[in-house]
Amino acid sequence: MLSYLIFTLTLGGIYGLLALSLNLIWGGVGMVNLGLAGFFAVGAYVSALVSIAGMPLPLAMLLACVIGAMAGVIATFATIRLRGDYLAIVTLGFAEVVRMVALNERWLTRGSDGVSGIPAPFRAELGINGFNMFYLGLVSIIVLAVFLTMRRLDGSPFGRVLKAIREDQELATFAGKYVTRFKMQTFALSAAIAGLAGALYGHFQTYISPDHFQPLITIYIFLAVTAGGVGRPLGGLAGAYLVVFFLEATRFLGELFPGLQPGQVAAVREILVGVALLGVLHLRPQGILPEHIAPAPKTETTP
Amino acid sequence: MKPLLQVKNLERGFYGVRVLNGVALEVMDGSITGLIGPNGAGKSTFFNCISGLYMPDKGSVNFAGRDITRASPQDRMESGLVRTFQLARGFPKLSVFQHLMLYGQNHPGESLVASLAGSKAGQKHEEKLAEEALSIARRLRLSHVIDNPVTALSGGQKKLVEIGRALMAKPRLVLLDEPMAGVNPTLTAEIADHLRSLNAEGVTICLIEHDMKLIGSLCDPVIVMAEGRKLTEGSFEAVVADERVQEAYLGGRH
Repeated sequence: MLSYLIFTLTLGGIYGLLALSLNLIWGGVGMVNLGLAGFFAVGAYVSALVSIAGMPLPLAMLLACVIGAMAGVIATFATIRLRGDYLAIVTLGFAEVVRMVALNERWLTRGSDGVSGIPAPFRAELGINGFNMFYLGLVSIIVLAVFLTMRRLDGSPFGRVLKAIREDQELATFAGKYVTRFKMQTFALSAAIAGLAGALYGHFQTYISPDHFQPLITIYIFLAVTAGGVGRPLGGLAGAYLVVFFLEATRFLGELFPGLQPGQVAAVREILVGVALLGVLHLRPQGILPEHIAPAPKTETTP
Repeated sequence: MKPLLQVKNLERGFYGVRVLNGVALEVMDGSITGLIGPNGAGKSTFFNCISGLYMPDKGSVNFAGRDITRASPQDRMESGLVRTFQLARGFPKLSVFQHLMLYGQNHPGESLVASLAGSKAGQKHEEKLAEEALSIARRLRLSHVIDNPVTALSGGQKKLVEIGRALMAKPRLVLLDEPMAGVNPTLTAEIADHLRSLNAEGVTICLIEHDMKLIGSLCDPVIVMAEGRKLTEGSFEAVVADERVQEAYLGGRH
């Protein structure tokens, strides 16, 4: 049971990174990135393949971030004139392209067989349980660091410009802001975080395949950020842990209701997830931890 | 007085309809210039071409001795040409304070690296802007609503925020598109006072307005536009006495 809890918390952290990534681009600059699973996959594959080829893990993970960021820059320029629904469709397409490439370029990704034997740091030395504890610690520290960075960005002048772009892009232009530059930087940073999440996922599972990067992951993260509170890093992060716990808890439905077929259990889980989201948004329309406006500094009146 | 804004032969059409039909006019440095004309005269389109929202089809725009006909809105903004919109427009969820802060130009702290790593220059600039924002809010009597999102403000307060954020940009020329529309008479007088004191500090103002009493008390000279070009220009008294102006507003005598 303890090892299951550790697994859930680790996965929660990885989803938390994805939620921080989505909150940056969607809650920050207002771009609906339905291609999150694609950037997640890019990071996972890059880090897995180069570490199998012999690159040390920290470098492999860094490379996953860099390639993720580059994918983000490319995605920005590919969608530069698109907003709202159109951007959503194109980014969704991007994620599917990544998945199809992973499925079909067998020489690189081994297709639907997936990549196995991905190095897991210190697994031999620590044993399974020790490794799981260690990895939970590693993921949690990274989540904390990324969260603190995102919170800092959220309250910074940069974050203020992002929110202005989110609210009214044209007006932001007339406030003298170079909207494209801000979008590109945000997309790159967001994609780098998603790439990092992917790398952590790969080295944790030691096996990845295109099936792990279905669009459903993106939907779960949107759900997490929506329920947690769009535009507030802590909201998205809390939402991600909640979603993972909810998904894992409902796994045991079959044991509670022995009459259900496995297929029915899966359907009931998804119904419950949807109902839970409706419930949260009914009670807290802005999410559990809504975005808040930082107050103006209270200085002594200067003459 | 020297002209701050020089517009020559400006043309702009939409779907084959010529909205600006060779506008040529000048806004003198240090003036409060009124721009009036019947609906459809092309006043707002003129502003849109000057501020960079639309590119003109023909003609040239010269601001402070520089050709800005094809310049980006950001470039115009940085060189001191600031506009407001006819419908008070804001970033709905941002507070009054954040609106004011956003309009500080060339903020070194707004770069990603400075915001992530922290920069002395950025921090200093942020503090200086905050002081300015608070003082502008006091001046416009917005201090008590400074942390409110702009959606929670009254129509008149929104207009004041528009003026406040134009001030934050340290403009040389402010284009105001109907700053008094939908504002009660007391506040109108207050806004007019703000504009006068702004002008006294050396800011040139060009405003579109339909309130003739206000135009008369505030603006000199007054430029009249009709059918996409400048009809005439002069003091308010001279302009309203002009028969062509009356005709343009009445749509011709019977």
